[in-house]
Amino acid sequence: MLLLTCPYCGVEADETELSPGGEAHLKRFGPGASDEDFEAYLFLRDNPKGVHLERWRHANGCGKWFLAARCTSTLEVFGTYPAQTTRPPEDVLEAIRAKRPGWEMPA
Amino acid sequence: MSDIATALGGARSQGSSSVSEAPMQGMITLRGNLADPALVAAVTGLTGAAMPSTRQITQGEGGSLGWMSPDELLILVPHQGVTDAVRDLSATLKDQHALVCNVSDARAVFTLSGPTAREVLAKLCPVDLAPGQFEAGELRRTRVAQVAAAFWVDAQGDFTLICFRSVAQYVFNLLTEAALPGGEVGVFA
Amino acid sequence: MSFRLREGGRLIDRSKVLRFAFNGASKKGFAGDTLASALLGANQMLMGRSFKYHRPRGVVASGAEEPNALMNLGKGAFFEPNQRATTTELYEGLEAGSQNHWPSLETDIGALNGYVSRFLPAGFYYKTFMAPRHAWKYLFEPFIRQSAGLGKAPEEGDGDRYEHFYMFTDVLVVGGGIAGLQAALSAARTGVRVLLLEQTADWGGRAVVDGTVIDGMPADAWVQATLATLSEMENVTIRARCMGAGIYDHGYVLGYERVADHTPQAGAPRHRLWKIRARQVVTATGAIERPLSFAGNDIPGVMLASAVRDYVVNFAVAPGKRTVVVTNNDDAYRTALALVAQGLSVPLIVDARPRGGGALAEQAARAGIAIRKGGAIAGVLGGKRVTGVKVCAMNGTDVTEVACDAVAMSGGWSPVVHLWSHCGGKLLWSEAEAHFYPDPALPPTNHTGAGFVRAAGISNGAMATSACLADAQSQGAAAGLAAGGNAVSDAPAAAEDLPAEPLQPVWLMPEGAPIAMREKAWLDFQNDVKVSDVQLAAQEGFESVEHTKRYTTLGMATDQGKLSNINGLAILSKALNEEIPQVGTTTFRPPYTPISMAAIAGEARGDTFQPLRQTPMHAWHDANGAYWEPVGHWRRPYCYQRGRETVEQAVSREVRNTREALGLLDASTLGKLLVKGPDAGKFLDMLYTNMMSSLKPGRCRYGLMCSENGFLSDDGVVARIDEETFLCHTTSGGADRIHAWMEDWLQCEWWDWNVYVANLTEQYAQVAVVGPNARTLLERLGGMDVSKDALPFMAWSDGTLGGFEARVFRISFSGELSYEIAVPASQGAAFWETLHRLGADLGAMPYGTEALHIMRAEKGFIMIGDETDGTVIPQDLGLNWAISKKKTDYLGKRAQARSDMVRDDRWRLVGLETLDGAVLPDGAYAVAEGNNALGQRRMIGRVTSTYHSPTLGRGIAMGLVEHGPERMGEVLEFPGTDGRVFKAKIVDPVFYDREGEKQDV
Repeated sequence: MLLLTCPYCGVEADETELSPGGEAHLKRFGPGASDEDFEAYLFLRDNPKGVHLERWRHANGCGKWFLAARCTSTLEVFGTYPAQTTRPPEDVLEAIRAKRPGWEMPA
Repeated sequence: MSDIATALGGARSQGSSSVSEAPMQGMITLRGNLADPALVAAVTGLTGAAMPSTRQITQGEGGSLGWMSPDELLILVPHQGVTDAVRDLSATLKDQHALVCNVSDARAVFTLSGPTAREVLAKLCPVDLAPGQFEAGELRRTRVAQVAAAFWVDAQGDFTLICFRSVAQYVFNLLTEAALPGGEVGVFA
Repeated sequence: MSFRLREGGRLIDRSKVLRFAFNGASKKGFAGDTLASALLGANQMLMGRSFKYHRPRGVVASGAEEPNALMNLGKGAFFEPNQRATTTELYEGLEAGSQNHWPSLETDIGALNGYVSRFLPAGFYYKTFMAPRHAWKYLFEPFIRQSAGLGKAPEEGDGDRYEHFYMFTDVLVVGGGIAGLQAALSAARTGVRVLLLEQTADWGGRAVVDGTVIDGMPADAWVQATLATLSEMENVTIRARCMGAGIYDHGYVLGYERVADHTPQAGAPRHRLWKIRARQVVTATGAIERPLSFAGNDIPGVMLASAVRDYVVNFAVAPGKRTVVVTNNDDAYRTALALVAQGLSVPLIVDARPRGGGALAEQAARAGIAIRKGGAIAGVLGGKRVTGVKVCAMNGTDVTEVACDAVAMSGGWSPVVHLWSHCGGKLLWSEAEAHFYPDPALPPTNHTGAGFVRAAGISNGAMATSACLADAQSQGAAAGLAAGGNAVSDAPAAAEDLPAEPLQPVWLMPEGAPIAMREKAWLDFQNDVKVSDVQLAAQEGFESVEHTKRYTTLGMATDQGKLSNINGLAILSKALNEEIPQVGTTTFRPPYTPISMAAIAGEARGDTFQPLRQTPMHAWHDANGAYWEPVGHWRRPYCYQRGRETVEQAVSREVRNTREALGLLDASTLGKLLVKGPDAGKFLDMLYTNMMSSLKPGRCRYGLMCSENGFLSDDGVVARIDEETFLCHTTSGGADRIHAWMEDWLQCEWWDWNVYVANLTEQYAQVAVVGPNARTLLERLGGMDVSKDALPFMAWSDGTLGGFEARVFRISFSGELSYEIAVPASQGAAFWETLHRLGADLGAMPYGTEALHIMRAEKGFIMIGDETDGTVIPQDLGLNWAISKKKTDYLGKRAQARSDMVRDDRWRLVGLETLDGAVLPDGAYAVAEGNNALGQRRMIGRVTSTYHSPTLGRGIAMGLVEHGPERMGEVLEFPGTDGRVFKAKIVDPVFYDREGEKQDV
């Protein structure tokens, strides 16, 4: 039962206030995209044991989507941040690297 | 208009705390840039309430302003004035990107008062309701058992809770059951 | 015999006699008794039968670890099986029944299993029930059903109420023994919020029974003083009868409060499940005494030494007149001393250690108790009751018999590490104490990556009283600091320890016991697992402790390793020739002891099981014969039955009346999403397959939404309100989902687009006024021009109708002249009643969802969820007209270009007409010649919607068929489930008013 802090309203939210949205920072491929790109966008997901960047919506709360950097193995949360970005902010990246040296942002 | 009915017709129950459905309350959803001076002037002028910061609810002579999300306010005004308020706000904000709509009918409002009000809510909501942790001035959006809701407390310790109209009976039943005599928890006394 | 002593009993109040029934016989106990102590006091040692062999079993323990004394409690709506007699507080009128026997506890036919026990060794089930196959049904299953299972399943719904409680604290201390009290005190002194839970009704744990002296006073007095101090601290909450049931991720802990088990039906909720978030948790959960493995250690009258002491000291109940104590450590001498202090006889203490014990042993010797050092039990005499023991040397020689009626055994103490382990805390092995204890370097970690659980006192392996208090002080203070408290000067309470001799691990008595003894040496009393079973499992290759557990059932069910764990591991490790820590433990899973299912459900039962969404007209429907249908969480009338009408008759009447006169439908559940902003048109062009930005204000357009997979996900009519504003109608079940979908794209993908969405579904009540008389009714209401010219088909208009502020849409899902009218929800009921009143002579009747479905099917309109199932694209449904060719992009467009989506043999929508007018079975498949790759009959289509059409007087259906639209007129075969084959012709899916004249008048 996770606790994640919503970066919009500041609530340290119980998991039951949230709804999960899968992997974060996917790039959308639309008409004209190659089969490979489209397949990757639609179906291929990282399933790491370790750091995972993921989407959550504060559904029973302020209604906003936010992103979280979380370890799927220990459930440690390195940070949460607003969804309007294509990569994690520097402070979250630093927090991850400090705890998981050698971690690289997935391509 | 006499044809106007709240969801439960003013239902009421009395247990260790009382639960009562409030009369129609004028409610407006405003989505827009909450930092915009014209928007701030419009809503504070309408209600006389100060602009709320994150998760705050403020009160003025003409109504209240509740912070719902970074781009959403809940404006509470007397029900008879809500249509005019929506029209006036829409007109004032017509030159900026904003959405104003009347949601008075979409919601049910409950008042929860009594010595066990905090623990009644704590049986249903994953929120720290201990005195000192949740106090007057905060508006909390969360879930009540299985449905979304928002609530706040006044200086007297009475809670106001809003939920969608269609689940009014469910929420009324939840609150009534949580306030049944014999179920007092006694930790917030 | 077991009996009540004349004096004493810390917890009982002899002035309050309580009457209760056991297996129908009336018995008496005292206030403060547990059911177990009251039964023992009434000379009822036999309390149940074992699971597999139905051996007679008495109570072994005095607390949560009790494996045998599980009872059926209460009756009717207040019946509950598998309740531990040791943790059931006695109350007036309690009714208990023993389990696992037939016809009676005294004479049990199932005990025959015991005589054939050599045929039921470990893995018996796996080995036996393989073959022959038919024997399962006729021989094995009936046998297992008869013999397996613990208590009876309840036959009625639960008559009690239950609830949850969300609690937040800085430090949670689990356990109200002296360690828990000390830890809570030290944590509280740092200034943080502290919650202290104790699973029983009483505080102080073992210390108050054992006569420990703390801070110069008896433990009882220290406990009361400390409780008083804690009660006065504003930052402390204390709770008895509340068990720490499980520790989960990120500081989440379940507390199980038995609010009213001891005061049933007095108006309080029976159980309350505390959903606790704690920054730090201190587990002060004490230790559980281990049984010793010797032949006959399961015969009623053989008990844990600590339990014997508990019954004597707390309840003034003696398990027997002559009790032999057998031990491998000093602690059990306390039991001998407690018995002798009550004037009871202890003929012998058998101490497995060649050197015997320390200070306590000297006290016992001074009290005149005989002690046999280096001794063992060779066997227990008796059947349903101990009559004596055979005592021998540890090597099995020199056997003598001692007459006795009770045996108190102690194999040492194992810290309760369950809660520590639930969320991943690791363990270390102590050679000296022969037990596992928490590894402070590897605690469970929370969301910050830091440890959040600390064990304290005996549960942390601090076995002596002084060490226990010192550890509790340091863990409590550290937890307070970690949770944000302030360092303060603080010291533990002081205690003096008696000099003790170390424990000597003994896993089997006597050493090298022959098979006949090992087959009678029980490791797990509840599941009938013996030393020989674990050895057999090892011999057969089950080397992993987890495999052995499942093969033998060791530590399963309610035991969860409490009594059986270490002894079983030791036997296994010996059989495998490995060290105990290498073999490891099985996984400790929550809850610590079973909690009621109803407590987990909490408020989610009866009328609050699920939210049932109601429209503003709900009460009217209910009063007017509504036959309800669930639609998502909504309840909608399927039809309205009149008089003695059947549902089918009502539906037919509603369809005919709507087509011929005037039907009224409560359409309030339709989703209504307001989409506004300079980019609203662009946004809706991406969400819908067709072009919405070109829609004129004042007009409506039907639209389709697809997922990025290309599959049809929702549909509905979009009305353009003004240049920047659209009102999107969704399906009844789809409003919340589509709202979330819109917010997802706006927040996470196109966050630079200026669009706001508001869900106005519940702001409006919406009524469909349908049929030839629809316009007449609206004209009677007055206030708006609803003529064809003023309000043509697919237009909308705001105005006032009969005094109601209304928005009127001219849209039709039935093919008739139809208006959908939205009014404020608070006026919905009044508006609905006004329509009925004014429309009565026009034939106004309400119609339900089934009539709606039939009428749309007659018109060939698709329904999301019928014609779609998450694998259907709009092109399959002949909806190409609603897919924009001009747009470069919309959600789902790329997917609809995938090779599988453009295959020409995709199943596509057609109408189906049975040759004989019958109604096709829903979901039936069309078959063709030949077989598919799996050798099954080839299928070429299926029925998606099928009804009896009252309008046409025959069955109509829609379906998806391979090359369907190109096969008009062909007859397909649809096998039913009853052997009948339906023949249906492929036709156009529009069965009624193909030109659409009726709706456009």
